Amino acid sequence: MVSVRSIANTPSSLTPNDLPWIIEHREDRCTLCGQCAAVCPVGTLNLTYMRKRMPHLVLSATERGSSYKTFVGIRQSTEIGKRCIGCGSCSLVCPNEAIQPLQNPGRDRFRFVNNQQGEPAKRGGRRNVPGASLLDRLIFDRISMLTDPALDAGRHEFSCNTLLGRVLPPEEYVRRKLAGEWIPPVREIFPFVIGSMSFGALSPNMWLGLLQGVAYCNEVLGIPVVMATGEGGCPPWVLRSPFLKYIILQIASGYFGWDEIIRAIPEMQCDPAAIEIKYGQGAKPGDGGLLMWFKVSKLIARLRGVPEGVDLPSPPVHQTLYSIEESVMKMIQTMSMAWNFRVPVYPKISGSTSAKSVLNNLVRNPYAGALLIDGIDGGTGAAYNISMDATGHPIAANVRECYLDLCAQGKQNEIPIFAAGGVGKNGNVTQNGMALIMLGASGVHMGKFMMQSAAGCLGTESNRCNVCNIGLCPKGITSQNPKLYRRLDPDQVAQRVVETFMSIRTEIKKVMAPLGRSQSLPIGMSDALGIDDKDVAERLNIRYVC
Amino acid sequence: MCRLAMKTASEPFSPFSVLTAMEAMQEGYDGSGLGLLLRGLKFADYKYNAQDPILSGIAHSEAALVRLDHIMDKAGFTLNYDHEFEVKKEMIEAQDRHKYILRVYKKPVTWNKLSASEIEHELMLIRLALRANGEAHGNDLTAFSLWPDVATIKEVGWPLEIGLALGLDSGRITSRICMAQGRQNTNYGINLYACHPFFLQGVATMTNGENTAFIPIKDWLTGRAFPGYIGYQSDSEVFAHILHYVTRQLKLPLEAYKHVITPLKNDELAVHPQGDFLRGLRDACRRLIIDGPNAVIGTLPDETAMLVMDAKKMRPATVGGKPGEWAIASEMCGVDAMIPDRDRSKDFQPMREHTVIIPPDRQELQIWSQFDQLPIPQAA
Ligand code: SF4
Ligand code: SF4
Repeated sequence: MVSVRSIANTPSSLTPNDLPWIIEHREDRCTLCGQCAAVCPVGTLNLTYMRKRMPHLVLSATERGSSYKTFVGIRQSTEIGKRCIGCGSCSLVCPNEAIQPLQNPGRDRFRFVNNQQGEPAKRGGRRNVPGASLLDRLIFDRISMLTDPALDAGRHEFSCNTLLGRVLPPEEYVRRKLAGEWIPPVREIFPFVIGSMSFGALSPNMWLGLLQGVAYCNEVLGIPVVMATGEGGCPPWVLRSPFLKYIILQIASGYFGWDEIIRAIPEMQCDPAAIEIKYGQGAKPGDGGLLMWFKVSKLIARLRGVPEGVDLPSPPVHQTLYSIEESVMKMIQTMSMAWNFRVPVYPKISGSTSAKSVLNNLVRNPYAGALLIDGIDGGTGAAYNISMDATGHPIAANVRECYLDLCAQGKQNEIPIFAAGGVGKNGNVTQNGMALIMLGASGVHMGKFMMQSAAGCLGTESNRCNVCNIGLCPKGITSQNPKLYRRLDPDQVAQRVVETFMSIRTEIKKVMAPLGRSQSLPIGMSDALGIDDKDVAERLNIRYVC
Repeated sequence: MCRLAMKTASEPFSPFSVLTAMEAMQEGYDGSGLGLLLRGLKFADYKYNAQDPILSGIAHSEAALVRLDHIMDKAGFTLNYDHEFEVKKEMIEAQDRHKYILRVYKKPVTWNKLSASEIEHELMLIRLALRANGEAHGNDLTAFSLWPDVATIKEVGWPLEIGLALGLDSGRITSRICMAQGRQNTNYGINLYACHPFFLQGVATMTNGENTAFIPIKDWLTGRAFPGYIGYQSDSEVFAHILHYVTRQLKLPLEAYKHVITPLKNDELAVHPQGDFLRGLRDACRRLIIDGPNAVIGTLPDETAMLVMDAKKMRPATVGGKPGEWAIASEMCGVDAMIPDRDRSKDFQPMREHTVIIPPDRQELQIWSQFDQLPIPQAA
């Protein structure tokens, strides 16, 4: 055995086997084209010359006992910052299927040292809980076809839109209407909303693709899809375009982008769909947004009114937030006033056991247009692992509790609850969304699913890729680097957006038809839901089935 | 499936004639029950004043009857007439019917100073108190209605046999309106309260078909904190309560009912003269949108009768008749049996946009379409 000092060994030394993803390289197939190393977003692959000793038996004293052979191969970096993220870009470009990342079947040691310089682990993307989610397990079990004439999802007409905005109680509506008084603005929208992802977090091509797709859904297919910006505003041309009506503008604690928005108000051709005030985010409750310096390109800097290439952290809370009551009231009123009370304004909060108190506060605020609750399974561009993994509240019980609370007050039609956080995280987007709707949500927001479905995001719940935070998105979705985002063709994204919503619409009908519902979205139709878990059934006040 | 029959005539007629008409539609029901609601009453052995409230229900035991008397006494009611049914017990399936109640009361004198709507509220509360009392004693007391000029009979069994068992063929009770429904609600468990027609403060409806939007509608009505919005042993009870809500709470005309339960679509509203008002009404009453298939037959305190369909129109119903006499039934043969001597070419089967209204004078059918102007001048 050699002394310890003679081998390269530090407390943080890792071998490929300690990493979450291990590269399997087949030398017999490799053509040494080098494309994998060139494409790798984190630079983990090194094409290297390697030397191999070729021992052979010599009898002559003048010859050496071994010779050496050099060969070219792939070396996987074990540096923490350069570890393989399993994105699979190398496999995508390899002409000979010679390389692929394999998930470490054991528990990787990497996680224990992923806090160099005292900086805790961060990532983008998702919560990383593989397997069926609770929403995946909710089934629709009240089949009315057995007792009544069948609805045909392909033939009958279905009304599957929802409302966003404050709805008056009928008595008050009739009174105000007859007296000619103000009626709060209400939008009729498709219940699946593209959740807030900022123009800084998303690449320009991704954003353009989403917007094009949304416009097509609205104008050609008649599916009134809306999309939400995250914090950071909206490109100036969009603000002055007729597409603004499909956009929910978000204001968050950094107020980034709002100079540009306010300046554009007099020149707007139409009102935005709504204003979302972000108080919290399911993936990282209590944490502000963060746009890293390398994402602050010239355009982003212009939109946000900041210098280029600086970190842009948003504070965890709004400066105005002395108390949530006061803040919600002030901000909702200010925002309503900015558009002369023609645009619904609502807060977005992270899922929490305290969600009900915010809700009850909104009930008493006549200008509050909705409540969006973002559960712990929500995605983000960047967050500390601990926030993403262990902070927050699952969405199902939170929404249900809030809905039943509104029912007890008879106000479930007045303040629509929107749910987010994990909708479609395993691909079952319509099932997840409809289950939340039957639990009481008026609609759902989905972000990660749209990235996966419309742009081919590589992230999975097994911590594949999930480097949206470092500006090196291999698909060009969450990067401001033109070399990367040129990989994404906005027209193709738009087409996928359209395909995605067409398929969601068909699936909604396939869910509604057997339940005998076609005239209105089955919000709160909890008698149609079942789950094979008694405790969950009891908690959600639905039927236990097995 | 269940079968509905309703007859309205200027001259009182025996409910038994409606029961025989239901036999014509017998393939459509399983004989599991009968519900009858009569308005415009005339008793052979009592001169009835149409202002006096009538209590309808069943006391399932002597004790229940004693408690009923006690409650009514305490509230200040005076018993004017107690209709004794000539009951043939052996023809009734259920064995625990101590007494079928159909009693005319004199309102408490202390109510003289109350307004009409206060009296109507009090009547509802007394009925609910009787119901609650029965429920607290193992359901030994059932109270269907307590209202002037309205009588309700509900029982389990074959409709015609129930009619015979209660002696309805004797002609001792006649009425200008008779609503009849055959079959218990079977979607949500058998219960006397689950039997149509449903009644609340003068508003009555009966329905065939299943209302799949029941739970959200029920949750919303329950949230109104209005004491009468309870029960919901049947998914069809909400139709009566929505009609009550639209006409009595929102004080909108009867025509608005259709706009609440089956609102027009966006493109239809866009060209409607009151599209803006109706769109807002649709949003505000969104939780009351029904999801049929249903045909809803209703009657109001002024003896107006009406018929509407769900928006999918997957349930049949026909209306026919002649001036002074009209009938609505789920099948044409039911109308034939009730009014054979009419001009059949004038029979009408409403489409999804129609509300058929038979006004109290019973001279002609009004067929109102949702595309027409709603009779609310201010909202135009
Ligand atoms: S999977 Fe991605 S990160 Fe890993 S080596 Fe291949 S390209 Fe690089
Ligand atoms: S593909 Fe891009 S957006 Fe998707 S997880 Fe990777 S870095 Fe994030």
